[in-house]
Amino acid sequence: MAERHVVRLTVNGEPAERLVEPRKTLADFLRQDLELTGTHLGCEHGVCGACTVLLEGKPVRSCLLFAVQLDGAEVRTVEWLARDGELHPIQAAFHEHFALQCGYCTPGILMTVHDLLQRSPSPSRDEIRRELAGNICRCTGYQAIVDAVEDAAARLRAVAPRGGGR
Amino acid sequence: MKPAPFEYLDPRTVDAAVEILARHGEEAKLLAGGQSLVPLMNMRLARPRRLVDLNRIGELAYLRDDDGGLGIGAMTRQEALEHSPLVATRCPLLRETTALIGHPAIRNRGTIGGSLAHADPAAELPAAILALDGRITATGPRDERTLPAESFFAGALTTALAPDELLTRIALPPLPPATGTCFLEVARRHGDFALVGVAVIVSVRPDGACGHARLAFCGVGDTPVRVERAEALLAGRRPDAGLLEAVQKLVSETLEPPSDLHASADYRREVAGVLARRALTLAWKRVSDG
Repeated sequence: MAERHVVRLTVNGEPAERLVEPRKTLADFLRQDLELTGTHLGCEHGVCGACTVLLEGKPVRSCLLFAVQLDGAEVRTVEWLARDGELHPIQAAFHEHFALQCGYCTPGILMTVHDLLQRSPSPSRDEIRRELAGNICRCTGYQAIVDAVEDAAARLRAVAPRGGGR
Repeated sequence: MKPAPFEYLDPRTVDAAVEILARHGEEAKLLAGGQSLVPLMNMRLARPRRLVDLNRIGELAYLRDDDGGLGIGAMTRQEALEHSPLVATRCPLLRETTALIGHPAIRNRGTIGGSLAHADPAAELPAAILALDGRITATGPRDERTLPAESFFAGALTTALAPDELLTRIALPPLPPATGTCFLEVARRHGDFALVGVAVIVSVRPDGACGHARLAFCGVGDTPVRVERAEALLAGRRPDAGLLEAVQKLVSETLEPPSDLHASADYRREVAGVLARRALTLAWKRVSDG
């Protein structure tokens, strides 16, 4: 077996240190080693977007990174969104608009939308659809998702500026 | 776990990476952004014994002025190309092309060097770099050499890089004054690889005729493909409707694209010609719009 490596990184604000085999992807590391099972794995080759997390604040496919690469890195997952049992405004909007059915793709979509709304606080419906093209949802047909993202954008604009907030 | 086991190496300098390649040659695989290689490893289509991670080599990530053109480190992320003001002014074609690659989550990791070295015939960046007459520098154990893009792409997923060479730098010469550029593609979904894509560069002479012209396509062969006969047809002439029609026809007749599940060769030929005409029209308009 290949030599294991120590990785120390920050996940959702908490330091983590583990011994990992090089071939362990970040997605498997999050789910198996840190028991953060909110991050879902769909295709495991970068197409479906279910495993999207934030690395240094930017969305990435966690199935296409190895945990061993991330010594010193800062990662945020879907578990980071809700605080003290209260849903993040993006999550609340998804809940109220029924913007999910089976929910499998939802964690990746939430992280993608979080990034989108940081960059573009008032996206058009076309822009929302374009940005979500990398997240495959086979249940909803996206209508309710686009509604939810528009609503979430309005909610976040109403509470902004929160200065480094979520 | 999906990939087969491998030994992981993360050199901090180009010299250290090259030394690893000299020692292990074809047993070592270079990992850039990983957006193509890691899927292949997850599906076990690639089973490298040693993975040499280039992401810790800070000296390979830069974007700088290069005698009026651009000097780009191989590990510069596609996201950086997309949002760089220097790229936007010096080489808007590169920005337009990069924005068509995958999705933001892909471009946040994907690199220009990785895309060129992977040499997927459907990928956008190789076609753009070919159209831009880019020069690609490879660093080996003894020296480095610089190749024109024209001789870099050898076949599908195959380049002129030797097993002990590392792609380190891409240099793009400055474009002539009064030059317009455009990249267009047809893909099945936004963010997919193109069925056909075209990078166009066209400069306008003071007399209103076309000067320098380049047309490079992706998705139509084993490598990015230039249609030099169409470039020659444009030179010295005004791009009126008749000339654009002739270019479209010539492109469709010249290319020999593959047929696959997604599109027939005939369809790709048709689309390539239409895209060439549209991209030329847009590039020309961009010159006159300043």
